Amino acid sequence: MPEISYREAVRDALSRAMREDDDVFVMGEDIAEMGGSMGVTQGMLDEFGPERVRNTPISEMAIVGAGIGAAMQGMRPVVEIMYEDFLTLSLEQIVNQAAKHRYMSGGQLKVPVTIRTQGGAGWSPGAQHAQQLEAWLVHIPGLKVVFASTPEDVRGLLWSAIYDDNPVVFFEHRTLYGIKGEVPEEIEPIELGKARIHRQGEDVTVVATGRLVHEALAAAQEAEAQGVSVEVFDPRTLQPLDERALIDSVKKTNRCVVAHEAVVRGGYGAEIAAVVQHGAFDWLDAPVERVGAKFVPLPFAPVMEEFVVPHAADVLEAIYRTVGRTA
Amino acid sequence: MAQVFPAERELRRVIGAGHSVPDRALEGVGERELLELYRSLVLLRTYDERSVVYHRQGRIGTYAIFWNHEAMQAGAVHALEEQDWIFPSYRESAIGLLRGMPASTVLSWWRGHPAGWWNPADYNVASICVPIGTHVPHAAGLAWGKRLAGEDAVAIAFFGDGATSEGSFHEGANFAAVMRAPLILFCNNNQWAISTPLDAQTRAETLADKAVGYGMPGVRVDGLDVLAVYEATREAVARARAGDGPTFIEAVHYRAAPHATADDPRVYIDLERVEEERQRECVGRYERYLRRLGVLSDEQAEQIRGEAAETMRRGIAQAEAEPAADVALLFEHAYADGRVAFASELAELRRLTGGTEAVEPDEGPEVQV
Ligand SMILES: Cc1ncc(C[n+]2csc(CCOP(=O)(O)OP(=O)(O)O)c2C)c(N)n1
Ligand SMILES: [Mg+2]
Repeated sequence: MPEISYREAVRDALSRAMREDDDVFVMGEDIAEMGGSMGVTQGMLDEFGPERVRNTPISEMAIVGAGIGAAMQGMRPVVEIMYEDFLTLSLEQIVNQAAKHRYMSGGQLKVPVTIRTQGGAGWSPGAQHAQQLEAWLVHIPGLKVVFASTPEDVRGLLWSAIYDDNPVVFFEHRTLYGIKGEVPEEIEPIELGKARIHRQGEDVTVVATGRLVHEALAAAQEAEAQGVSVEVFDPRTLQPLDERALIDSVKKTNRCVVAHEAVVRGGYGAEIAAVVQHGAFDWLDAPVERVGAKFVPLPFAPVMEEFVVPHAADVLEAIYRTVGRTA
Repeated sequence: MAQVFPAERELRRVIGAGHSVPDRALEGVGERELLELYRSLVLLRTYDERSVVYHRQGRIGTYAIFWNHEAMQAGAVHALEEQDWIFPSYRESAIGLLRGMPASTVLSWWRGHPAGWWNPADYNVASICVPIGTHVPHAAGLAWGKRLAGEDAVAIAFFGDGATSEGSFHEGANFAAVMRAPLILFCNNNQWAISTPLDAQTRAETLADKAVGYGMPGVRVDGLDVLAVYEATREAVARARAGDGPTFIEAVHYRAAPHATADDPRVYIDLERVEEERQRECVGRYERYLRRLGVLSDEQAEQIRGEAAETMRRGIAQAEAEPAADVALLFEHAYADGRVAFASELAELRRLTGGTEAVEPDEGPEVQV
């Protein structure tokens, strides 16, 4: 199996879909010659030309809105919002338009647009360039929301997002672009709504998304050395959530930690905790622990940023809290 | 009654170019002001060049270079009075220097140190806006508010060519026109938005044409001609003060430096055109103009450059001497009355940093967040 980076995996899914299918095209800011602010679409202009790898004006509302329009008439556009912080400028289109067209046409209209975006701390870009805002969109009926954490997953999930008939908001994490992983020769689509268990364990389930999947795996390894067996569970699709698999996992381990980079309060972890307490109430041996960023805007200074966002050590502490240990 | 203002197409110039374009005299500007402008240009240039070095040395973070944008910033600010408000984008990060802000403050901003967060009201310089164009409505609102309050102050918003594609630019410009807000919309048209050229941003022949649709005058100036910028802004300010509403100024040049320290423009930019633009570089051009007028001597130029270099030396030394910030400021800065609301997180922080300061959860009023 070939080994590719997360960045290459995203590019591969886009390119293969575009090769096979004239209805698929990409547009966004600086995605053509420059290949996107994170280099994801590098080289695609040469292969597909400027009509299908389309640089847009700096107009987030129009990028998403035009993607919706193109999707309404049968295309499968993949639009890019350079930083997820700037989803804010396109929220009317995502929340009131993309998510509602099917419903408000009595189920007759399809809007198969994919909205790709990236964010995340770890490189000190400051308060307006590194937020994790996925929880906002999970809250909107009509949208699917994906957050992939490995090269294999990002490729298979993006493929499914492109071919899903619903609008999908597809989150990538900035610091994951460079990580490498093995992928199958051919793309194997990953069903939206199917979780992945990265590591089986007996004592605690850590539900993690994005970068925190890797932090959780590191924490699990350390816990293992201390005799605590950790299961690492990545929902991959935040909406719809694979509730069955989640509840089964917690029923097995009897303890649960949720970990994401977004701020704890009102974060996606709250939803996970609610699902777990309802579905596995009698099986829980400890309160569900939440790990996430502190409730402050992200600082620009690297040391401060590091302090605000969670790392493996924070996940480990939470694991120990659920089993009544101290580090 | 609505009025139609045809936009200007010709680039306004004061400083000549060779034999074909002669210098033009500028009314109402004396020797002292000419030298003040020079001092501002040199200060901004020195700030920018030193910052690129500091960045390479790892002493400041990612930095948005404004090399050859100095004429627009200095020219426009000199046309303002102290009570007038400036709304900078990241490209005008050091514009506060022209309002007496210490270099250490701006350097601290780029170092991510809280000492870099100035109070806008101290200088009438708003916080730097990083999201594209979203400060245009603030400037419109502030200008309008000044008018409602009966204060004699105008506002100027700086933004790029790419920003004219944003909804907030459109809405802010239209709002200001409808409200007759005393606003100057200053567009730094460097013809690039990172890797996106102007012709991928607009089909309008000029950006000033957009002003017609808002019912405000649109003028075009050579963005490397500090005096033309000064003159156009002075006119716009006079209009605004007279209650005649906003003006759109399009300052045209060609970005001759990378977008920011993390950018490599060689993959998209026209390097020959960049070279041409470097030849017309705005500080040297103005310096030659002053020498033609006999206003600037070698000694004066030397002295002004020396002062600027000294300002930067002192600035970086001061910025680096700032004690490490107390991380608790994170919480204090998040809400006007936030400290108490975050007692548990603050306590956790104290535990991690080994501090002993106790924070009582019931200290002061609870804040609902
Ligand atoms: C709302 C928003 N979208 C995208 C970006 C990313 N971005 C940063 S600078 C830039 C280009 C801006 O170009 P222009 O307005 O011409 O200003 P210049 O950088 O040339 O001064 C872009 C797209 C952003 N900061 N904010
Ligand atoms: Mg520009």
